[in-house]
Amino acid sequence: MTQVSLQRLSRRFGDHLAVRELNLDIESGEMVAFLGPSGCGKTTTLRMITGLLRPTSGDILFDGESVLEVPTEKRGAVMVFQKHLLFPTMNVAQNVGFGLKMAGVDKAEINRRVSEMLELVELPGLELRKAHELSGGQQQRVALARALVVRPQVLLLDEPLANLDANLRITMRQLIRTIQSEIDITAIFVTHDQEEAVMLADRVALMFDGVLQQVGEPDVFYRKPATKRVAQFFRSNNFLSGVRSGDIVRTDVGDITVDPDRVEGGDGPVVLSVRPEDVELATHGADGENVIVGRIESPIYMGSHTQLVVTLGDDTWQVLGPASLSANQGEAISLRLPPEHVWIVENDAVVSDSSVAV
Amino acid sequence: MTLDTRPPDEATAPTEYEEVRSTETRGMLWARWIVLISITIFVLLPIVTLVVWSFAFRWNFPALLPTEWGTRAWRYVADDSSRVFEGLWNSLKIGGLVTVMAIIVGLPASRALGQNEFRGKSTVEWLLLMPIIVPALVATMGIHQIFIRLGLTGTIFGVALVHLIPAIPYFVLVMASVFANYGTALEETARSLGANRINVFRYVTLPAISSGLLVASMFTFLISWGQYVTTLLIGGGSIVTLPLVLFPFLSGANHANAAAISLVFVAPAIIVLILTSRQLSRESSVMGGFGKI
Repeated sequence: MTQVSLQRLSRRFGDHLAVRELNLDIESGEMVAFLGPSGCGKTTTLRMITGLLRPTSGDILFDGESVLEVPTEKRGAVMVFQKHLLFPTMNVAQNVGFGLKMAGVDKAEINRRVSEMLELVELPGLELRKAHELSGGQQQRVALARALVVRPQVLLLDEPLANLDANLRITMRQLIRTIQSEIDITAIFVTHDQEEAVMLADRVALMFDGVLQQVGEPDVFYRKPATKRVAQFFRSNNFLSGVRSGDIVRTDVGDITVDPDRVEGGDGPVVLSVRPEDVELATHGADGENVIVGRIESPIYMGSHTQLVVTLGDDTWQVLGPASLSANQGEAISLRLPPEHVWIVENDAVVSDSSVAV
Repeated sequence: MTLDTRPPDEATAPTEYEEVRSTETRGMLWARWIVLISITIFVLLPIVTLVVWSFAFRWNFPALLPTEWGTRAWRYVADDSSRVFEGLWNSLKIGGLVTVMAIIVGLPASRALGQNEFRGKSTVEWLLLMPIIVPALVATMGIHQIFIRLGLTGTIFGVALVHLIPAIPYFVLVMASVFANYGTALEETARSLGANRINVFRYVTLPAISSGLLVASMFTFLISWGQYVTTLLIGGGSIVTLPLVLFPFLSGANHANAAAISLVFVAPAIIVLILTSRQLSRESSVMGGFGKI
């Protein structure tokens, strides 16, 4: 179990700053996801933690000690890639036992620990199979076993659930979580898929353009996104500009009450955000708190529900309704924004590059 | 009548399957025969002709086969005065040396080209291809002057160095595409699992590139094997390789001797080709060239 600390970590490639002044403490036994679109610097960060890439500036500490001068092979931060998972010329046992062989462990001990580890990843008895004789999911589990058998300080995973179908994702997720809690290992993974991040991680670190945007438990990104862009990344595009005074935000489509216990900040121009699934459909013509009227742009039947695109003044919102909803294009629709779900986000256009932590 | 106890669908399924298979293979069978016949005509027939020639003692115009057979040509080949064995030995030595040097010089270069992006990469690729575009003879003329000063003319090492010029582009071309296809993830995984650089190369890199390396080495060896003008210039007549022994006979009148020496000359090429044919057909990435980088 290792506590990992990244301190003002930066990496520059030529003129391009891939990672900028990244600060993050990862508790021992914790599973943290680096989330972000491709090119946001998450993989670069992972490679710096393994030692495959040297930071331009900043420091990496394992249990309070800098590991910058420790080469990859001695650092104990084991990487599991998404592609090219297994050594193709070796069988499963040789793959899993590779790290132990490199460490000079004797053969009997290697065999014992390899079969023990294959038991753990639920692949007992496959020692003599070659990599190409395994399914994608099995290969991934062997790769995981190969990393875990050396009892690494930190386990690093590159998109662990990508390339797996929906059912396998859930099985693999459970397996990773079970193993991770069973052997109590610090794990860090990178992904561009927000679903994968919230499914697997204790905490998520969201990065854009090499800058850490927001760190927190998965639900924070849904309940309290820091900025417009964060909310958008988590598939919410419902924003309303207004001017706040006290608990009331005055907007073009009406006054919205916010919950002062929930929403921080002071008076002035703000941007409101409500997730699509939190917007309630109100009976048309109904009056009441936080009820606003919009125009249906397009109803999309999704099977389990209906997705509505609604225009509210200059803004376009997405709202979910029941599958049985009969809505026509151009019709007026009343929406209620429950105060407990109304959140104020920072406008990225105004916010510069300061990192926001929750 | 015997009772078929299998359920009906199981009993009929295999025959249907076999029928489908046989119609499928019929077309492929034709293709296979055409390929086989072409290979026989283009590869085997010239060799058969050479074998016949090498055992011919008298062969006058209208006769389809030699009128008198004999082993005079082969006795000539075996004789020291023909210098065939001296040439064979020198060719083997030089070819081996060129291959070793190509691996030492070309492996790091092809790895850099196959796995990295860097400024001036396309220039380096162009420079590497230059020996294919510009005849090696042009460069050899200039190098000759320098080699005289360095005392490299007339030495095995000097000849091998010059053979390296036309061989390196092919070696690097093949290996760069091998490295490009294989990527760096496996090596990085191995390092993070605690393998030092030597063990990474031994257990991960080498097994992954071995078949490509075999093919590239074969190319290199065969390019050196076929060199004539460069050997003549740098060897200055004191280094006799097989092509040097063979070429005077090609313009001469003794077809039997020429055929026998030719057979000695092509034998290693055919042996190498057969030994590496599996790699050639299996490892398609090997044949990609710079296109796959």
